[in-house]
Amino acid sequence: MEVGIVGYGVYIPRYRIKVEEIAKVWGTDAERVKRGLFLEEKSVPGPDEDAATIAVEAARNAVKRSGINPQDIGAIYVGSESHPYAVKPTATIVAEAIEATPDLTAADYEFACKAGTAGIQTCMGMVGSNMIKYGMAVGTDTAQGAPGDPLEYTAAAGAGAVIVGKNDGQTIASIEDTYSYTTDTPDFWRREMRPYPKHGGRFTGKPAYFKHVLSAAHGLLRKLQLTPKDFAYAVFHQPNGKFPLQVGKELGFVKEQIMPGLIVQKIGNTYSGASMIGFAAVLDQAKPGERILVVSYGSGAGSDAFSIMVKDGIEAKRNSVPKVADYINNKTYIDYSTYAKFKQLLVR
Amino acid sequence: MAVPRFWREISNRYNLIGTKCGNCNKVFFPPRYLCPKCRRIGKLEPYKLNGKGKIISFTITHVAPNGFEDQAPYALAIIEFDEGPRLTAQVTDCDPNQIKIGDRVEMIFRRIGQDGEDGAIYYGYKARLV
Amino acid sequence: MRKVAIIGVGLTKFGELWDVSLRRLMLEAGVQAIEDAGIDGKKIDAMYVGNMSAGQFISQEHIASLIVDHAGLTPIPCTRVEAACASGGSALRQAVITVASGIHDIVVAAGIEKMTDVLTEQTIEALITAADQEWEAFVGATFPGLYALMARRHMYEFGTTEEQLAKVAVKNHHNACFNPCAQYQMEITVEDVLNSTPVNTPLKLLDCSPITDGAACVILAPFDRAREFTDTPILVAGTGQASDTISLHDRPTLTGIAATNKAVELAYKMAGVGPNDIDLAEVHDCFTIAEIMAIEDLGFCKKGDGGKVTEQGETAIGGRIPINTSGGLKGKGHPVGATGIAQAVEITQQLRGEAGKRQVNGAEIGLTHNVGGSGGTVVVHIMRRGD
Repeated sequence: MEVGIVGYGVYIPRYRIKVEEIAKVWGTDAERVKRGLFLEEKSVPGPDEDAATIAVEAARNAVKRSGINPQDIGAIYVGSESHPYAVKPTATIVAEAIEATPDLTAADYEFACKAGTAGIQTCMGMVGSNMIKYGMAVGTDTAQGAPGDPLEYTAAAGAGAVIVGKNDGQTIASIEDTYSYTTDTPDFWRREMRPYPKHGGRFTGKPAYFKHVLSAAHGLLRKLQLTPKDFAYAVFHQPNGKFPLQVGKELGFVKEQIMPGLIVQKIGNTYSGASMIGFAAVLDQAKPGERILVVSYGSGAGSDAFSIMVKDGIEAKRNSVPKVADYINNKTYIDYSTYAKFKQLLVR
Repeated sequence: MAVPRFWREISNRYNLIGTKCGNCNKVFFPPRYLCPKCRRIGKLEPYKLNGKGKIISFTITHVAPNGFEDQAPYALAIIEFDEGPRLTAQVTDCDPNQIKIGDRVEMIFRRIGQDGEDGAIYYGYKARLV
Repeated sequence: MRKVAIIGVGLTKFGELWDVSLRRLMLEAGVQAIEDAGIDGKKIDAMYVGNMSAGQFISQEHIASLIVDHAGLTPIPCTRVEAACASGGSALRQAVITVASGIHDIVVAAGIEKMTDVLTEQTIEALITAADQEWEAFVGATFPGLYALMARRHMYEFGTTEEQLAKVAVKNHHNACFNPCAQYQMEITVEDVLNSTPVNTPLKLLDCSPITDGAACVILAPFDRAREFTDTPILVAGTGQASDTISLHDRPTLTGIAATNKAVELAYKMAGVGPNDIDLAEVHDCFTIAEIMAIEDLGFCKKGDGGKVTEQGETAIGGRIPINTSGGLKGKGHPVGATGIAQAVEITQQLRGEAGKRQVNGAEIGLTHNVGGSGGTVVVHIMRRGD
């Protein structure tokens, strides 16, 4: 493949709520929840934040880190399950806010948590076929977990943005290849005009997350004739801390390859942002010559797998904007009543 | 606010695009289209502010106007940009009681309001302590 | 240019007047003024009506036509003047200029606001239209907010305290007890003010003037004809108006209102007096901080000393420079469009010696100070006894 990554950026809101705070309200055993999910706390968007504002900050970080002129961006795709409008794209709001308008194409994607990586694949095609010079893909969410539902512990907010370009001197990583595995599997969904998603409980495990992540990963490794040993890092979609470790083990990766890209413990599941933020966390430390596997998962269902080779340009561009760890560590704890106020759970 | 009124100012609100007088070099944000000093001699061009400044004064709003009730109490401040102009904006992402005159801020992209539950969403600038 | 005199005044009770509509309220003040002037209403040549927001409060524009119609005075010309909270003062100035020019002889300057028909949130929304809609109201500013920004800066630059702000409210409530037309006739203490609900820090509920219905009216005549109507003509010795940026953030200072400096300078010059000649003043205390800045900007004390001067009692009825003997906007009430005219009514009554328990002994020269918005418009008038 002749395409690579020119820049990347993330944004995670500063508010956090601990598992203990939520468990207290519903009378659940916090320690059991933390152990079961391998997660301590999640990010909460402020009352003036939504998937668009979060996407804008991640996108601005990506543009700044890349050093490119935003006017050269020929396409922007924003993937989310919490777009602020049901009809009116988030992508155009992002495009204006990074001054990429008007010479570009844009659209919003929805594919549960893999809407962002679907955007990356589209940009790869458009850049690779010389339709555009640069393409931006953003995965962003302010996920809603129904009060009292187990998802309330993990449904969080965050965004990751990636700018794809041709592999010339500008790129900091090369995308070697991508492979996707897609089926119609109703494991998790939200109907039009309903506020909260529903899910199939244990059905979301083996036939859903595991089947698609494993198949996409196997498919990519087979295509490229690579094995887990050829990779320094493996980043998986992270609805909780347990699934990525389990699926990584099944594929033959070791914990040391998976932990750097595992960020859900401190920020929760950022849905469309999750694999992209995990990927960014790895890019924040990976060395030139190291290979990264990224496998996203979106309910409904599908997985996009990518093999990324880090290049020399990365060290120069790493520190120009806040890193994932900076956002993870920049936090203010809130209690459940503030959480309810921010998420407008209180009916007026 | 009516949609066209909001739409006209999008580049100003999202990207802090103001104007600069080509004659006396004064920077205006919010933008002006006639330099009060140079008047017709002044030639106003778009100018993008870099979004960094300091707090000149602030107040914590407890009794919020229509549409802002969910955000109360919130801090409202007058901010002076490094390039000179001042503007009025909320200060977000902080405990309002921690704000002091002289604090440095950066301007960020946030949701300002909406035209009711069915209406357009208004995005714009707020300040964040750095 | 002719000299101009006030020959009659009228003022309704100020308050939440549920029973009275805008047109009846205006009529009440107008008839009072006509009776006070002892004039036949048909002798009126022209009218100016100050009103900020009848469109938003009672969905009525074209107020001028409504008022002159219900006053039974058609077909004389009637003009509505709008300058936010300075609508009344601005209407007065237009009337003064009209008489001074010789175009008309007997001219009415009236002010009216009917604010209580809508919910408080809607009132606040209507009032904020006096600020910059795109760049102040849009981001969540309100008038208490804008004045609070000024208050905090004043405290930061000069050490003004919340107690000193409170003392303005205490004094004005005290004065209002002697004003039968005032909205509030109750004393309050500094503690009452400090413990009242925070609105926009550092301003609390009792730092803010209320929402009020009310109307006021003055009748002007050429000074040379005044004695046809009254034994106590009051000369409008000076008039001054000035403008400034609509937004607070576009001004170089937050601790004073430059348009006040400019307007009063013009008025002092025209009247041939200075601040030390002024015996009393009605100033625009929409918020307590506004009175403190006003007495500085009008030259009654140094910039920064307004709080101290108030604290030391210099602005009380018996003090060096009595301010807001009527109770001010805080104690008397603030029906926006009427305020500027009501201030002229108070000064007229004081100069005539008709102010009862509020009387400033030997008052000869008085001043009115009316501000629009956060200072975008200021109108100042200076009156003196006509003898």
